[in-house]
Amino acid sequence: MEINASEPIVPAASALVDDDAELTQLHPNYRSALRVQATLTSIPFIIGAFVLEGALQGESPLPFGVLIGVVVFLALVFIIRLPSRRYAARGYQISTDRLRVVRGILWRSDTVVPFGRVQHIDVDQGPIDRFFDIATLTLHTAGSHNASVYLPGLGHELATEMREEIRAHIKRESM
Amino acid sequence: MSTPEPQRTAPLSVLVGTLAGLKNAIFPAAAAAFGTGLGGMGLYIGIGVGLLIAVVGGVASYISWRRLSYTIGASDIRVESGVLSRAARSVPYERIQDVSLEQKLIPRLLGLVAVKFETGAGGGEDLSLTYLTEESGEELRQLVRERRDAQDEIAPDAETGVPSPAREPEAEGEPIFAMGTGRLFQFGLFEFSLAVFAVLLGLLQYADTFIDFEIWDPDLWQGVLEEQGSTISALGPYAQIASAIGGLIALFVVGSATGMIRVFTREWDFLLERTARGFRRRRGLFTKTDVVMPIHRVQALKIGTRLIRYRFGWHNLKFVSLAQDAGSSSHDVAPFAKMDEIRTVVETAGFHLPSENADWHRASEAYRTDSMIVDSLFFVIAAIVAGTVLGIFNPDWFLLVVAILLGLAALSAGAALYSWQFKRHSLDDTQIMARAGIMSPSSQIATRTKLHSAEVAQGPIARWRGYATLHLGLAGGEFAIPGIPFERAREVRREVLETIAATDFSELETG
Repeated sequence: MEINASEPIVPAASALVDDDAELTQLHPNYRSALRVQATLTSIPFIIGAFVLEGALQGESPLPFGVLIGVVVFLALVFIIRLPSRRYAARGYQISTDRLRVVRGILWRSDTVVPFGRVQHIDVDQGPIDRFFDIATLTLHTAGSHNASVYLPGLGHELATEMREEIRAHIKRESM
Repeated sequence: MSTPEPQRTAPLSVLVGTLAGLKNAIFPAAAAAFGTGLGGMGLYIGIGVGLLIAVVGGVASYISWRRLSYTIGASDIRVESGVLSRAARSVPYERIQDVSLEQKLIPRLLGLVAVKFETGAGGGEDLSLTYLTEESGEELRQLVRERRDAQDEIAPDAETGVPSPAREPEAEGEPIFAMGTGRLFQFGLFEFSLAVFAVLLGLLQYADTFIDFEIWDPDLWQGVLEEQGSTISALGPYAQIASAIGGLIALFVVGSATGMIRVFTREWDFLLERTARGFRRRRGLFTKTDVVMPIHRVQALKIGTRLIRYRFGWHNLKFVSLAQDAGSSSHDVAPFAKMDEIRTVVETAGFHLPSENADWHRASEAYRTDSMIVDSLFFVIAAIVAGTVLGIFNPDWFLLVVAILLGLAALSAGAALYSWQFKRHSLDDTQIMARAGIMSPSSQIATRTKLHSAEVAQGPIARWRGYATLHLGLAGGEFAIPGIPFERAREVRREVLETIAATDFSELETG
């Protein structure tokens, strides 16, 4: 695990948000964080499968191990495959006056928030995020839809830099 | 400026509190009277219990009146209350968005008003003073506005509390929309409602638990039906038809009367004015409300109608506003109006209706096909399932059931096809507009600058078929345009964002 992988530098802020341009990838540690989360979520199901199999021993029409096998297989897909897909599907673009966040494997969502409409900004880190030194940047707007736009999986340093940049922008425009 | 004095609300508030207590006392009193047997003693016990509760309520409302005080300070308004525990709430003037006055029936008879300060805080955590006399309520409203404006304009002096030069009391605004008795009558005709039957049914169910009358007892109803049925059948076919028509007429009369009463009590003396600060709306027969909506807080407009009134050219207009106050009803600015009248209000609010040659865009054709399939899918699946089951167990019904379900499937596909014709959106220099609805079209109009974000969303089918839903972030409401071609969605988003990014949020509020 590359916890101390070199931080992506803040992208050139002069670039305009372009619908067709390449998205900036999130921090590689985000994929690992997603895996850890998926593992933690899967554990109860695997334990449940073992308990069920144990309880049904001898009475179940299925041969021993089928239930555990299926659950473990699904858990492996959930832990190994899905985080990579989700990581690849996510991305963002930041320009001088707006942030674009793209996410979703099946249900794609592509949101743009102009800095001039940001009410306040959060940088959050859960325990797993802290271990991997990543953070979630949240922009709050006054709109009912997209009241909070989340951008997870940024390097912590980058997230705080982005926050400062967006905040400076808000201040400049309000003066 | 001298130190502001804490003030009390109107003493008559105690009476209102006592009366409310009395209302609560009726039921326990009755229960006590019935519970102890209605003979001599029971009645006295009942009255005694009622009086006791009323007295306790009166004393409690007196104490809480004594313990509640409000202070109109230099920069905020404070309310201190509580009998045993004390609560103090302070609201700075600059956070007060609207001040509204409300009069329910009893306070109105006593000449009192409830003053509500809307701060835009979620969850109904607003400040309200119950009750002040009508004059002091109006005075307070005026004062708060002046202070608020003073804060806006001479912000550096806010500390010293220098009041702004005394302003004239607000001049009577210019009326822009009003509804007289004739209009209310017409409105009432369209507000046909059978809600009263639901209420009656509820009451019957309620009575069921008290009275020894088995309302859900089938034997009883069978008896009634047989009795009535035999009476009716004895009258011959013409009389049967006549009584059926009579029943329908009665239904219609009751339904219309319900609608009429509702409209008259809610919309009585409806008056919308344009004042210096924005829109002011007054209405109500028993509960009178007086709401002020600052013009710059209007985020978007919604024009709607209903099936029948649309054929006669009636529409309604609502504002989408930042204030998350008493639900949508407070933003009803023209509940029943012709398009010309709506146009006036719309233009006063700084919007415009789509012009004749507006550049309308439709939803994508792939979306039309997909929604036809998706909408009919439910019935098609039902037809397959029912057909298989019936084919095995009961072939007699097979044809009828399958035919009905397939008919419904065709109908929903047709509805989807037809509604696509009416789904359209248009983007001009300052506004974005969307229309939808088959039988009763509704439109939404938003200013481009007052949007907060833009999202292009696609589900798996939409991605495969190349269309998307555009969600626009609107304060106090939703604005989504479904099923537009992906490229068009991006183009609209790009244009809207150009406008949004050009103005900062802080410039919106003062505008």
